Order: sequence, then C-alpha cells, then structure tokens
Amino acid sequence: MRSIFSIALIFSTLRLATPLIWASHGGMFSERSGVINIALEGIMLAGAFTAASVTFYAGNPWIGLVAGIAAGVAISSIHAVACIRFNANQVVSGMAINILMIGLPAFLGGSLFASTGSTPQIPKENLIPWTPVFLAFLLVPATWYVLYRTPFGLRLRAVGEKPEAADAAGVSVKLMRYSAVLISGALAGVGGAYLSIGQSSLFTRNMTSGRGFISLAALIFGKWRPVQTMLACLLFGFTEAVSIQLQGVRLPSGEDIPNQFIQIIPYVLTIIVLAGFIGQSRAPRAIGLPYQKER
Amino acid sequence: MLELRDITKRFGEVLANDRINIKITEGTIHAIVGENGAGKSTIMRIAYGFYTADSGEILVDGQVRRIDTPHDAIAQGIGMVHQHFMLVENMTVAENIVLGSEPGSAAALDLKSASQKIRALSEEFKLAINPSAVIETLSVGQQQRVELLKALYRDARLLILDEPTAVLTPQEVEEFFTILRGMREQGKTVVIITHKLDEVLAISDEVTVMRDGRVVGRVKTKDTNAAELARMMVGRDVLLRVEKPDADAGATVLSLQDLRVMGMDGTPRVDGLTFDVRAGEVVGIAGVEGNGQTELIESLAGLTEPELVSGRVEFEGRDITTATAKERKQMGVAHIPEDRHRRGLLLDFDLAENSILGVQDREPIVSFAGVMLDNGAIERRARQIIKDFDVRPANPALPARSLSGGNQQKLIIGREFDLHPKLLLVAQPTRGVDIGAIEFIHRKLIALRDAGCAILLVSAELEEVTALADRLLVIHEGKIVGEVDPKVATTEEIGLMMTGGHR
Amino acid sequence: MKHLSELLFPLIAVIAAFIVGGIFVLIIGDDPILTYQLLIGSALSWPDGIGYTLFYATPLIFTGLAVAVAFRCGLLNIGTEGQLYVAAFAAAWISIKLGGTVVGGVNYSWASLPALALVPIACLVAILMGAFWAAIPGYLKARFGSHEVINTIMMNFIGIALVSYFTQYYYKTPGDPIMETAEIGVAAHIPRLGSFIPGIPTRLPLNVAFLLAILACVLVYIFLWKTKWGYEIRATGANPSAAEYGGIAVRKQIVLAMAVSGGLAGMVGINEVLGYRYRYYEGFSASYGFTGIAVALLGRNHPVGVFLAALLFGMLNRGGIFVDAFTDHVSKDLVEVLQAVVILFVACEAFFRGSFNRFSLLRRSKV
Repeated sequence: MRSIFSIALIFSTLRLATPLIWASHGGMFSERSGVINIALEGIMLAGAFTAASVTFYAGNPWIGLVAGIAAGVAISSIHAVACIRFNANQVVSGMAINILMIGLPAFLGGSLFASTGSTPQIPKENLIPWTPVFLAFLLVPATWYVLYRTPFGLRLRAVGEKPEAADAAGVSVKLMRYSAVLISGALAGVGGAYLSIGQSSLFTRNMTSGRGFISLAALIFGKWRPVQTMLACLLFGFTEAVSIQLQGVRLPSGEDIPNQFIQIIPYVLTIIVLAGFIGQSRAPRAIGLPYQKER
Repeated sequence: MLELRDITKRFGEVLANDRINIKITEGTIHAIVGENGAGKSTIMRIAYGFYTADSGEILVDGQVRRIDTPHDAIAQGIGMVHQHFMLVENMTVAENIVLGSEPGSAAALDLKSASQKIRALSEEFKLAINPSAVIETLSVGQQQRVELLKALYRDARLLILDEPTAVLTPQEVEEFFTILRGMREQGKTVVIITHKLDEVLAISDEVTVMRDGRVVGRVKTKDTNAAELARMMVGRDVLLRVEKPDADAGATVLSLQDLRVMGMDGTPRVDGLTFDVRAGEVVGIAGVEGNGQTELIESLAGLTEPELVSGRVEFEGRDITTATAKERKQMGVAHIPEDRHRRGLLLDFDLAENSILGVQDREPIVSFAGVMLDNGAIERRARQIIKDFDVRPANPALPARSLSGGNQQKLIIGREFDLHPKLLLVAQPTRGVDIGAIEFIHRKLIALRDAGCAILLVSAELEEVTALADRLLVIHEGKIVGEVDPKVATTEEIGLMMTGGHR
Repeated sequence: MKHLSELLFPLIAVIAAFIVGGIFVLIIGDDPILTYQLLIGSALSWPDGIGYTLFYATPLIFTGLAVAVAFRCGLLNIGTEGQLYVAAFAAAWISIKLGGTVVGGVNYSWASLPALALVPIACLVAILMGAFWAAIPGYLKARFGSHEVINTIMMNFIGIALVSYFTQYYYKTPGDPIMETAEIGVAAHIPRLGSFIPGIPTRLPLNVAFLLAILACVLVYIFLWKTKWGYEIRATGANPSAAEYGGIAVRKQIVLAMAVSGGLAGMVGINEVLGYRYRYYEGFSASYGFTGIAVALLGRNHPVGVFLAALLFGMLNRGGIFVDAFTDHVSKDLVEVLQAVVILFVACEAFFRGSFNRFSLLRRSKV
C-alpha cells in the first residue's frame, strides 16, 4: 500500500475545497441575511456552464470568469425576487432553480455546441487552475471583515437575526436581503466557474454533482461563520481528495477500500451537527421567514 | 414638544385610534395609561413612524412634520423603547446601538469611537452598561437600559417607553425610575405607556387616559389619585348584567396547590397559586392581561411543557399535574382558548372538520376498526352544534375562516360544551364578538354552570368576570392578590387591585 | 365551482411555463409552436405515445403523492429521491434473496419463493425501506428540531452512496461493467399491462405498477380525508398549535407523515425493479424525486391533482424525447426548464392568496 498522505494530496484537497469555499461563503451572505439558499447547486451550474462557454468563445478565462459571476447573479436574482418580493417558500424556490439549471445549460448547450452533454474542450493555456484557489483563501478573511467590521455586515447580520430590530433602527430589510442574495450568486458563480475552467476544461451535465449541497452542509457545519466554514470545506475537500486517491488502491488483504463510506462523511457529520451532538449550530434566527410589517 | 392632532388609525375593521389628541410638554414625564387594547401603543407607534396614521397630523416643536418611518422620527429627536426589545441578541451593546447610524466609513465600522460615546452617555445617565457586552448575557433590566442608550445615542430629546416596567422586578423598577428622573433633569422628555397606576403616580407629571381607542381624560398627576384613574381606565358606559341564580356549589373538581409555571425565558409567570374550583360554580380571574392568566389556563389544559410546571394540580382528587392534553380531555376537561385563531380553530378546514377537533379518535366519530372517520356522525355533530349554538351561516361545509369572530367563537364553545365537561377552562370567551353573541355566550356559560360543571373563567373585561363569576380572584404578576365577592365589590376597588395600586 | 377555482392557478402556471419555454425555444432559433405540437402530439399518439406517457407518469404519481402527504403535515420532503433509491435497491435485494437468483453458478439466494408470495413481499420491503429512510429525518425533526429539508437532502446522498456500495461489492454480476445488481428471480416480475389487457402491445413497459399508482391515489385520499390518522396529520400541518390543543401528539404526526411519505416514494422501486428493469440499476431515476415536488405543488397536494400533474409531466418526458430527435436545436431538457418555471410560479402563489400558513410548521423549525 503506497503512502496516500503526500504533497499531492494537500494540493488536491486545496483544489477540491476551492469551489466549496466560494459557494459556502456565498451561501453565508444569503443565509445570514435570512434567506435560505438551497439554490447554490443551481447557481454553481450556471456559473460553470457560462464560464466554460464564454471562455471557449472568447479564448480568455478571465472574461469567462466574469461571465460566470454574471450568470450567478442573474440566476440568484430569480431566487431573490421570488423570496423577497413574492414571499415564496425559500426552499421551494431554491429547488426550482436547481431543476432549472439541470435543464437550461443542456438546453442552450444543445443549440450552441450541438451537444447537450458538455461544452467543447478548452485548451489548457486558457484555464485558471490556481488563481481562484488563492483568491478563495483571501475570500475567507474578506468575508469575515465585511460581516464583522463594516456597517454593511452589521446590518446584514441584524436583518438575518431580528429584522424588526433592524427595521426599527431605520435599516431597509428588503434592500439588505436583495444585496445579500445577489452577492451569494456572484460568489457561488465563481465556485461554479472554477469547476469548469479551473479544475477541468469543460462543462459537463450536472458537473457539480452535489457540491452546492456540500457547500450548504459546510456552511451549517461551520455554524455560518467564515473561518469555521472554511475548515469544514477543507475537511470535505480532504475526504473527496482521499476518496479519489483511494480509487484502485487495495488493502493488503487484496480488498478494495469502499469509496462510498468516505463520500458520505460530510453528510453524516452535518446531520449529527444539526441534531446538536457536536455543539449547537444555531441558524440565523430569522432564516426562512419573509419579513412583512403591518401598515 | 410633541403634539398629536386628530390621529385616526384602523387595522382592517378595528378602529385602534379614534381622533386622538395628545400634547406632551417638554421636560416632563408624561404617562399614557389604559387597558390592553385601548390603543396606547398604536398611537405611540404612529408617533415613531412604525405605523402610518390614516388621518391627523403630528407636530414637533409646533411644526407639522411627516413621520413615515422610524428614520424620520429619529431625525426629529424622537426615540422609542418597545415593549419587546428591538435588540439583536447575539450582537454586542455597541453593535446594537450603532445599527442603522454607524460611525466611520462604509469600508470600516468605527466601533471604538462609538464605544467611547456610549460609555460617556452611560456615565452621564448612570446606566452602567459595558459597550462590548453581548446582549444575551445581559439581564432584562440591563437590556432595557441598552434600549435607552440607543435612543440617547441618536440624540433623542423625547423618549417613548412602551410598558417599560412589565419585564422588571420591583427593585429594578426603582432603579429605572431614578434613571428616568435623571433624564428629566437633563432636559429630556419622557412618554411612558403603562397600565400600572402606582407607577403612574410615582413617576409622571401628567397623565393621558385612553379607553377603547379614545382619549378619555387628561390630568396633572398631582391633581389626581389612583381611584379616579382606575375609574377612567376601566369604566364602561353601559353596564352589563347577567341574570343568574346563586351558585349551588358542590364537590371540589379542580384543586391547585402552589402551582408555578415558568415562561420560556425562565421567569415565573404563575407564581404559587392555590385555589379550588367546585362543581356548579364560576370562579373568575380578574387581572390586567399578561399577568399569568394565559400561562395558568394553558398549563391547566395540559399545553405547557411539563418541565416548566411545578406544584400540584388535582382533578376530582386525582393528580393530573403531568397529564397530557388528550388525557385531560378524556377525563372531562374542556377548554375555550383565548386565541381562537392560533389555538382553537383550523381556519382552512371546514366547520364539520373543526367540530371534531379533540374527539377525532373517539366514538362515534371514528367507527370502522377504530380508524375510519364516520362522515355521517361528523356531519350530525356539526349540525347539532350549529343548531344549538346558532352558528351562522349554518353550513358545515364552509371553511372556518369565512365565519365572523362571533360565529367562530360559538362554534368552539359548542364543540367544547358537547364534550359534557366536568371542568371548563374559559379564556376571553367574548373577545372580538358582537353584542348579541356576547349575551348568548354568557347565558350558555351560566346554563352549563347550573348543570353542575365547574368553570374557571379568565377575562380581561372586568365587567364580564364580575357579571359571570360567583367568586372572583384578582391576579397580579402571577400571584393572587385578593379574593372579592363580585356582587358587592366596586369597579374601582377591583381595578385598583388589578393594577397593583394596593396590596 | 370551488374545484374549478382550485384549477385556475395551476393552469396559469403551466401556461406561463409554456410561454417562458417558448421564448427559450425562439432564442435558440426554433419554432415554439411546432415544438409544442411535436411535444404534445407524440405523447398522445396511440398506443406508444399514451403508453409511454403513462409509464413515465407512474413514478411521478408515487413521488408526487409522497411530497403531498408530507406537505399536508407541514413538512417538505426533499428526500424522496434518496428514499426511492434505497427502496428500489431493497426490492431488488429481497427479490434476489428469495427469488432463487443464481449467477455464474454462484447462488445469491436463500430461497426460491413462488410469485404469489414473492411479489407482495418485495413490494412490502420496498415500501418499508422507503418509509424507514424518511422516518429518520422525521424523527430528527420531532426529537431535536433539526430541519427536515437539510436532513432529507443529506439522507439522499447517504442513501445513494450506501446502495452503490452494496451494489458494487455484493450484488453485481461479476465482470459486469455497469453498476447494477444481478437480475431478480422471474417469480418477482410483475406483468406488463399488455400481457393481460387486449389492445395494449406487450412491447410497452407500462406495467401493473401503474395500477398500483392509481390505487395509491385512492388510498392516500382515504388515508388523508377519511381516517383519524389523516385528520391528525392534516390538522398538524394546518395549525400545530390547534392540533396540540385538540390532544394530537404533534411530534408523532411528523414521524408518521414522513414514514407514509417515504413509503409512497419507495413504491417507485416496484415500477422500476419488479415491473421494468428486473434489477436495480444505479442512477435509474430521472430526478423523479425532485419532479415529485413540482407534481405535488402543481397538483395542490391532492391525489387527484397529483395524478393529473403527473400525467402532464409524464407527457412532457415522453414528448421531450421526440423533440430531442426531430427539431433542429431543441433538446429534451426543455422539459426541466418547463418544470422549474411551473414550480417558481406556484411557489409565488402564496403572495397572491394571502399568507395562508401563518401558523404552519414550515415556519417553525430551526434550520
């Protein structure tokens, strides 16, 4: 059995954690403002598809990245309007966006590239394999700073905890929530873009395969705080890295190491944390509740 | 300093404020008193821009001002401390105070200079608050002082305090009043909304009395006394009388021994009650709302988490302190809840389905194999209740939501009477019910009493409890402060006990 | 009249979805009218169009009912996808174990039961497994207050991974490159409708599970509206405070509703394993669980509505294949776009109807 704990594993962990960090921090903005964001999965897909397509045409990954961000913002604006303007059930709206983003990329891809499965390969020199990784680790302190050291962050947290208090202090609850959900779309859009033009070199159907939900899990596991959430992302990225490394590795007895058990670690941990077995994970108090006041 | 002219405000069909005129003199402490629902919070929320008046105008320093949002009010130097604190529990004092008017740039929150200013204010007004403390670690009294600081930080000249002492211990109340007097000396104006007359007399310079959405009196505190204020507050124009024979009380049905019920926040709501209710009598509980009546009735109905209840409750001699709601119902305890929308009805269900709530698992409602609902039996039951209790429109297929308040209430009462209870717990039986239905409900309650049922009645309407009760207990802050004979006691006397005006 | 107005909003949502979808079709340069003609025409042709439409509608009826039952109790079961996978695997497993399956000389089974015993047992195992998988998040909500939405999502991934493990290491035919179990015993097969109803060609995969789906609609209706359990579940969903007042153990209802919901989702396994593929096949579900949310919402969480909505989506799934093949640019993924738009519109409906669930459980749990 060769050693699996190597420098390569560390790099692999960092790269696999990167999309999770972007998306979970996006989710943090939204959820801390009181809007559940189950749509992270769909937003990531939007980012991934758009970034890959635009990079393919423009020949420049940075333009592709910006397009991915724009797509994330556009898709999250649907969620924002449904939840904030029309008081839609936030979970249902998020699920609708996830379903939309399974279909829409394939639908558009089918006409753009005559293939509903994937976008064309992007040449290696047009990928950005590392920059988003570095930026992800800048994002964490930046998010922390915005949330805890700026007036915007103060208002955002207040709106998610006790909107009536923020309202009484003259803060517009709706405005804060709109900005939070759109920021969430931008960040999750980067996470998605990194999947298609960083980690791999094309978009494939449903290529997030649950990473949006893992990001959500990391957010809960990290108790809606930047540094803890980053650590959760690293942990989940590590489990994924290990499970990739273990493929084909056999125990001395000649048996496979079942991958599946490593894959489910993030989900099992999240359930345990939610039930309150490892410390309390307290959600922002006003999460999921539309804010309406009597007039 | 502040003048409210001809302010009218409706919520749907309810007229909350009816051409209100209030004038508040600069540098005074002004009390606004009235029973719950008198409209005193509403009028002050209008002054603070939380609600918008339907008509009327607001003058600040003699100038007509538009106050449409709290922001406008703050700009005019008006601050408000709400009954339920508007504080974000997991944030610090400083963060809460600066929220909405943050110092520093958009890129950097300057909590340091804010903390200095807060510390200075805290010293000036003797509030003893540490700006870096987290709200949830503070006592209720301290949280209230944070609310004061919030207003002072925004340079409020006028502070509106909504029921500020409701959550304080007597000792904290004393400290709090000292702070308020200090503020008055510094030139601040204070409006205090309350229903506690002893406090009004202790702290205020002027009093405005409200009842049923109107101003019914304006006096200088030094020219009045508790009895006069109580009369203005609770007095009614029309006297309501219920013809009833004297009670023929039988065996003890319900017996409480030192019953205590905790609130979710860990403070006692029902604080050591001991009394009996016998078959064939109505025991009334009079008191200003929020003094433990809700918790008392809910715990007796088995709707309170058992770990919040201590003491002993006996029903026909059996200990039922920890019995579930279902067990109590089966023993013969019926319950007419105070909030019929929250507790009493399934608003989207039809009348027939509502008529079986609580007996959905009993014969004859369930028939085949003890599982299948018998539609015939449900319909018969619903029609019977509708007929006996004159529920209109008399159509069991209508959703409960479509009925008027009075008819919804008659449906609930009919449903509970149909259980043939040995004990009936009734809270606010005629709230939001029209005059005709009130009389009907009262007659039904007396008829049930005469049939031998023990009734425990809670009502915020003093007239109602006096008219119906055979014995009247007065509750204040979770304790029984006295028992009176409803036939001889006067409104002033009871009103005074209810408002803590005399012990 | 009352029922007609119930239909109005779903109808608007469907029309709106078709309009939005049409705009997308225009954008990529095809003719929306022709596309929709093809979509609907191909789904309604006799016998293949209708046969396949009903076949595709079958799992959606089950998942739609599953979501609807949970919703009636004020719960969002996003986990039907995981529930149907574990249930389908369980059905395959028991049908191998008791169906006399022998692969390459290796006996996989304990016994070889006759069809009359094996089919009911396999159905029951599928239902119970789905119920069990859904009852876990139900219990976690009742006991710890953890939000069923997050937990059901997590349970999806866990369930799918576990089933994949058992398939890969224990029940795959050796050497088979595809992730699927060995074939189940013939005794566990349930017949195609064509085999006993004259006029339906036997090539259509439409099978007895479709009749079970209709039966499930009837039973769910009876359960929810004609039994005390259904009453207690609906009362809990409509107003938990009032339910508590009526002596209903709210926590118990949450677990019960989730279990019933999961059991219904599990019945997808009957259609898939016993009626169609005769084995468990990894990734067989075309998002049946998630489409079930759309079906339930569009069907107003009522069995009749669920049946109609499932037919609509079954039709789209069938027609989508033809659109894929016979238009220049439009792919079958148009169907998912339509679904998503339907859900979004129905989700915003509350705004237009007033806040109907002020006291609902949906608003009461911590995440």
